[in-house]
Amino acid sequence: MSATIAALEIINLNKFFGGLPATQNVNLQVMPGERRLIIGPNGAGKTTLFNQITGDFLPSSGQIKLFGSDITRMKPHERAHLGLSRTYQIITLFSKDTLVHNVTLGLLGLSPARWNLFKPLDHYQEMEVEARRVLGLVGLGSMADRLVSEIAYGQKRRVEIAMAMAQKPKLLLLDEPLAGLSAEERTTIKELIAAIPKETTLVMIEHDMDTALDLAETVTLLHYGKVIVDGQRDAVIADEKTREVYLGH
Amino acid sequence: MKQISGAIFLALLCVFPLFAGDFYINLASQILIAAIFAMSLNLLVGYGGLTSLGHASFLGFAAYASAWFTTQMGLGVGTAAVASIVATMVMAGLFGMIALRATGLGFLMITLALSQVLWGLAYRWVAVTNGDNGMSGLARPAPFGISLDSGANYYWFTLVVFVVAYWLMAIFVSSAFGSALRGTRDQARRMSALGHEVWMIRWITFIYAGFWGAVSGLLYVYYTKYIHPSSLSITASAEGLLSVIAGGSGTLGGPLVGSALLIILKNYASAYVERWNMLLGFVFLFIVLVLPEGIVPGLKRIFSRRQGGQS
Ligand SMILES: Nc1ncnc2c1ncn2[C@@H]1O[C@H](COP(=O)(O)OP(=O)(O)OP(=O)(O)O)[C@@H](O)[C@H]1O
Ligand SMILES: [Mg+2]
Repeated sequence: MSATIAALEIINLNKFFGGLPATQNVNLQVMPGERRLIIGPNGAGKTTLFNQITGDFLPSSGQIKLFGSDITRMKPHERAHLGLSRTYQIITLFSKDTLVHNVTLGLLGLSPARWNLFKPLDHYQEMEVEARRVLGLVGLGSMADRLVSEIAYGQKRRVEIAMAMAQKPKLLLLDEPLAGLSAEERTTIKELIAAIPKETTLVMIEHDMDTALDLAETVTLLHYGKVIVDGQRDAVIADEKTREVYLGH
Repeated sequence: MKQISGAIFLALLCVFPLFAGDFYINLASQILIAAIFAMSLNLLVGYGGLTSLGHASFLGFAAYASAWFTTQMGLGVGTAAVASIVATMVMAGLFGMIALRATGLGFLMITLALSQVLWGLAYRWVAVTNGDNGMSGLARPAPFGISLDSGANYYWFTLVVFVVAYWLMAIFVSSAFGSALRGTRDQARRMSALGHEVWMIRWITFIYAGFWGAVSGLLYVYYTKYIHPSSLSITASAEGLLSVIAGGSGTLGGPLVGSALLIILKNYASAYVERWNMLLGFVFLFIVLVLPEGIVPGLKRIFSRRQGGQS
């Protein structure tokens, strides 16, 4: 292909849970700045693929490269320091803390300040200012001091995104960011995702194929852990195999 | 408001020996020592979500080390104190490497097992520890030439150490590191995805808790001028854990309140009731049933509801 190094390259990846294959011979290349959508029915192995990219699960075999460097066996936190961020399908926030504290923990994860035992977190003005700025970007500026447990589901989805965006990741993985939202909320979050700068490469999972199509340039269809179709959006939609997976049974 | 009541409370603690008799002064010293111990355990239990049943290891080891350094090695009390604290922290580092392979129940069992090993050693390694007889005839330090042999002087010394400990641990839990620690308690997986080294955060906390555990051990051995293997027993660890849970884990004041309750009950109940351990059990059972989150957060909740507050 081109001479530029892929943001994400997955080579012959396999993952078995017991005897059950959840990822089968997956090969994937996402170029810098690309907007990639991963679709597939329930249980297709989309989240499992993400979990291997982030290091939550180690693959049974194969290789994962982030901007050319092999991260297959790295710890999750090391990958974060290389510019990888993610959101979760099942909301994973610090529910007893404020929104601004949640986002600040994201900023802290990449800052050497996280090793300081003697300086109160709220003395790091610049981190708090930045956290509030990012919350403003996702439309939650006025709620920054509320507890996560007090806000609505759709707002929590936005905090998930804010937390990841605050890290200014080079590669951002979004796992069903639109799941469980009303049509109105979907529009808001889609706009939010569309506004993410091109310096951030995006890989987004959706299992309902229509909801997020307009956000993507390229689409990968997973089924039973395998890549069935992979390519430009319209080509994937038009592909017969796509229709088989979604309408065929 | 909070600061004013804190200052008044501290002032009362300072002048307390001027009004109280020796029995109460000593009781108060014991409470402060137990509170430092419980506060250090609370760093793990309350802020790290790591329930240890072996925290007496640190108290007992530091106490034994100080006794050994002063009586066998001929070190001065001050030098021995520093050496004991360093040795305890090294041990905490090793114990942490073993115990932090697990979390939850696994962590609890490993900390228990490690402390049982120390307890067994204290009994069996008679040449060093004097076994069941314990080590006696130990001296108190004399900072700036001030003798700490009177109950009141020792109380003030303990109070100074307590205030510093409380202050530093309060800073710790609100620090950047402490915030990350609480994050690992609530969402460990998310924390690693955000770039936090969860294992390292826990390990450092384990050593830091070991440091304050060692400080409480020194205060303890200076107070009793005697050390016995029972200080390393599971009972000693469990009493610390009970104080934390009863007072309110993950709060700054909780361990102090829990320790006060424990020490007062122990001293009074053992004087009047033969089966005082049972009484202790009932009191703590009562607390856990009525105020499951602990005394300090529980009273806060009731109080704020009375005032019609929302939080
Ligand atoms: N930790 C695990 N242990 C065992 N099996 C697992 C584990 N995680 C996922 N699986 C299995 O792997 C398969 C793929 O699951 P995965 O969560 O990746 O699907 P998905 O494509 O994200 O589905 P959904 O659209 O429902 O989120 C499923 O059969 C699932 O049961
Ligand atoms: Mg999924």
